[in-house]
This record gives sequence, structure tokens and C-alpha cells, in this order.
Amino acid sequence: MKILSIALNTFRENLRDKLLYNLLVFALLMIGSSVLLSRLTLGEFHRLILDLGLGSINFFGVLIAIFVGIGLVSKEIEKKTIYTIVSKPVARYQFLLGKYLGLTFTLFVNTVVMALGLLLVLYAQDVPVEGMLFKALALIFVEFMVITAVALLFSTFTSATLSAIFTLAMYVIGHLTADLKTFGAKMDDLSRGILNGIYYLLPNLERFNLKGHVVHHLEISGSDLMLIVVYGATYTAFLLFTASLIFHRRDFR
Amino acid sequence: MTPSSDLVVQTKQLSKIFRVGFWGKRVTAVDCLSLEVRRGEVFGFLGPNGAGKTTTLKILMGLIYPTSGTARLFNMDMGDPRAKTRLGFLPESPYFYDYLTSREFLRFYGHLFGLWGAVLSKRVDELLELVGMTHAKDLQLRKFSKGMLQRVGIAQALINDPELVVLDEPMSGLDPIGRKEVRDLILRLKESGKTVLFSSHILHDAEVLCDRVAMILKGRLVACGRVTDLLDQGASHQVELVVDRLTSEGLDHLRPLTDKVVMQGDRMLVVLKSQQQVGGALEIIRSAKASLVSLNPQKGSLEDLFIREVKGLQRPPENRA
Repeated sequence: MKILSIALNTFRENLRDKLLYNLLVFALLMIGSSVLLSRLTLGEFHRLILDLGLGSINFFGVLIAIFVGIGLVSKEIEKKTIYTIVSKPVARYQFLLGKYLGLTFTLFVNTVVMALGLLLVLYAQDVPVEGMLFKALALIFVEFMVITAVALLFSTFTSATLSAIFTLAMYVIGHLTADLKTFGAKMDDLSRGILNGIYYLLPNLERFNLKGHVVHHLEISGSDLMLIVVYGATYTAFLLFTASLIFHRRDFR
Repeated sequence: MTPSSDLVVQTKQLSKIFRVGFWGKRVTAVDCLSLEVRRGEVFGFLGPNGAGKTTTLKILMGLIYPTSGTARLFNMDMGDPRAKTRLGFLPESPYFYDYLTSREFLRFYGHLFGLWGAVLSKRVDELLELVGMTHAKDLQLRKFSKGMLQRVGIAQALINDPELVVLDEPMSGLDPIGRKEVRDLILRLKESGKTVLFSSHILHDAEVLCDRVAMILKGRLVACGRVTDLLDQGASHQVELVVDRLTSEGLDHLRPLTDKVVMQGDRMLVVLKSQQQVGGALEIIRSAKASLVSLNPQKGSLEDLFIREVKGLQRPPENRA
């Protein structure tokens, strides 16, 4: 119940944040502009709209997750608002989970709004909508959950600026981890071991990317999809658990 | 000895060492501090800026972990959630969630104590009334002045009707009217049987409000006790007389009894060494046919005591004894 109150308060905080609306407007503009860009291409305009639309949703969602996420905890400490929460009968992990759930809910609403924007464009342009699109959107949302947890983890022990940089780096690396493995395969045993270690430690965000499937009408099996969702959930739980441990030991000076 | 059930706050040999900077230099913020706050009293926690007051309060609130020693609230260990349900805390110069209105703000804190619905609405209205903020209940906190923020801050600390109210520098940054309001509020809390622990570097406030005070300097306790006792202990017991038209002969008689004589035309200010000299001095004034304008026993203030302690601490240790 306490977690839920904090989550609702966080959601309210997000709703009254101008940054969120700016990003959302830009995302919708990008999705809309895919119509204009598709005019420049020959024949492939369905693909372009889908690719650009999903890309925009992903990109702006990640921006929201990072830039709102890093402020979740560090802003509370900076403004000393956390003092009044922690001195109430609220465990620190409850505070952390509440903040996380609040932003996740914000992201969910945002994803829905952006998806509706994309569907509107698709409908207006007579692009057939397939089930795979929704699977792709669902996995984009799972990726947001992982990124938010990464931002939250960093913001429990470092400043807002550094967490933004670290999380952004994590996002970029997370989409390139497959290259680490390919790279390692060509090296000696020790280097391969190290690169494999990093590969398994870092989140493999490319797994959440189904844009190719949507655009090229590829299928994905239900069990594969399930596995990816479980992977995302486990990774998120791991990040939140680590964040709670760090947060529990922290002095609020 | 106070029975332990009457001890609301108790710290034993509490210390906190911070590590600062790249090399982790050790800085002692609180040094072997032992304190007791009893039920129903207003306890002032005094010291200059940076003395370790806020750090101590933060340890009590579970915001900071002590390096060594223990702190107990209501005879329960630190971090016991049951203790926190009986506690209200106002941090120093708080900002709060400025996107909330005062009503939303108080409702949110009520939820954290499991208060919902009509009970909570009633409590929120009562508190807004108590701190005189009913007119601003639907205004976002970002539009508040510092005094208004402090008032909703106090309301926030009282949402769970706590037995112990801890206020960190509640008077700092407020104008004289705001300070008076906070003082009145603290007295009202005391009347309703609550224990109030507040920190301040404004000694006058403490002198007026507190039953007992503790003074800390560089993290160490330098004085603790009832305000009147502390004042008596350190007071000089000097008496100030203002006398008109005292002859030079009369003055010669008076001089051995005085510490200081200041002439202002016909009038003079005479400071007597102690109250024992008053009778003799009055006799001399009467026989010299001079007139007595005023007689003021000099009361010591916490400020005098404080300055003495600060000076004592600055002296090299071998002279201190």
C-alpha cells in the first residue's frame, strides 16, 4: 500500500513535469513525419512508416526513462524530500520500488499514447496492421522497464548527470553486446572469457528489438517471446535488488 | 534516574565519522554524544552551525547510520518501524514536492501511515487550520513563501499525531512573525502532552521555550540541563545601578564594591561585583544624598554561557582543566 502511494505520487510528479510533454510531442511529431518521408521513397513506404514509427517510440521512451529516471532518487535527496519519507514508517526498498513503479506506469501511459499515434498514421495511410506490431510494442515496453531500472540503480549512488551518462552508455552498449561475443570468438581464451563475462553481465537489449520482424513480416514463436519477457523481468529484478542493497546502506547527508 | 519508559530519546556514546574527499579524510561530526529526552518536555538542541546537530537528528531519524554508539527512540532500537509511527520530523529548510498542493501533500504523507478516506480528510483539514494554511489548501507548494513552506512542513510532521516531534532549525529563515508563530505552535504541542525536540542556533528562542537544553560544539556535548540551572551556574550575579548626583566623596566609598563605573555627566552607571554588595552600596548612596535611578540584577543568558564554552574550547587543552 505504501509502495502504491509512493508510485502514485511519482506518477503525479511525472504528469506535472514539462520535460515529459516535450518529449512526447517530439515523439508524436517524429511518428507523423514518417508520412512525409515515405513520400520520398518508391514503393517501400509501409516499411518506412513502421520502421520510423517504432524507432521513434523506442528512442523517445528511452529518453523519458533515462531523463526522468535519473531524477527519481537523486532529486529527492538533493531537495531533501527523502528525509520526510524515510523518517516515516517506510522501508527504503519500499520507497525505491514505489518510485520505480510510478515511472513504469508513466512510461506505460506514454507508450500507449505513442502507439495510438502510430496506429493512427498506419490507419490513415492504409498500412495493414499485423499482430507482430503489438508484440514489438510490448517488448519495447519491457526494454523501458530494464532501462528505468538501470537509471534507478545508478541514481542511488551517483549524481543525476553521471547517472544519465552511465545509463545512456549502458543503452548503447546493451544494443551492441552481440558484437562482444563475435569479437571474443576471434580472440585467445582469456580475452574470450572476459568478453563473454561482460556479455552475460550487461543487458542484451537487442533481444527486445522486433522491428525487423514487423517490417519483414517474420514470425516469432510464443515460447521465444515468453523467454525474452522473462529475461527482461529477471534482469530488472536483479537491478532493483542491487539498487535496494546500495540504497539501504546509504547515508543521506 | 529517569525510568526508561519515560525516556523518549536516548543516545549512548553516539559517534559519526564521515569520510570526505577523494582520499576519504575522516571528519568527526558527532563525538561520543550521550543524551536523554524525557516524555513531555521541550528539549532544545543547541550549537553553532556545523556543530553536528543535524547529523545527530538524522541518526535518530534513521537517515544516517552511526559509526558507533547507540540511539533509541521510545526504548526501541533505531530503525524499528514501530518507533517511526510515533514520530514526526521536519527537516532543515525543506523543499517538499513543489508540484503538489498543500492538501495533496498532506494526504500523501497520511497514506504512508495507512490513513485514508474521511479520517484522513478530517485530519488534513484540522492540520491546515492549526498551522493557519486553510486559505492555501489548493495552491501548489511551488508558489509558497518560505514561512508557508515551514508551516505545511510542520503540518506534515504532525499528520500521524506523533508523541515525539523533532524539528530541525524550525525558526531559521523566518521573519519575526513567522518565528513567533512557530514558538506558539511548539508551546501548544507541549500543552497537548507531546515531546518536542528541536535544534537551533538562535539561543533566545531556546531560552524562552525549552525545559531543558543540550549544547554541542564540534560534535561534543558541552552542557546539558535545565535552562534555569545552566543560567544560574554560569551567571556572574552582577548588579547594575544607575545613580544621579553622587559626590566624588561618595564615589570613593563606593569604588571598592564595584567592577566598573561609567560617568555620563551627573549620572553614572555602576556595576557591582555581586548581589552581596547591594546593601552596602545603597547605604553609601543614601548617606551621600544621591538618588538611585535604577537597580538591575544582571541575568546570565544562554548566549553568555555559549560564548564562554566556545572560548574554552578554542583555548589550548593544557589551560582548560
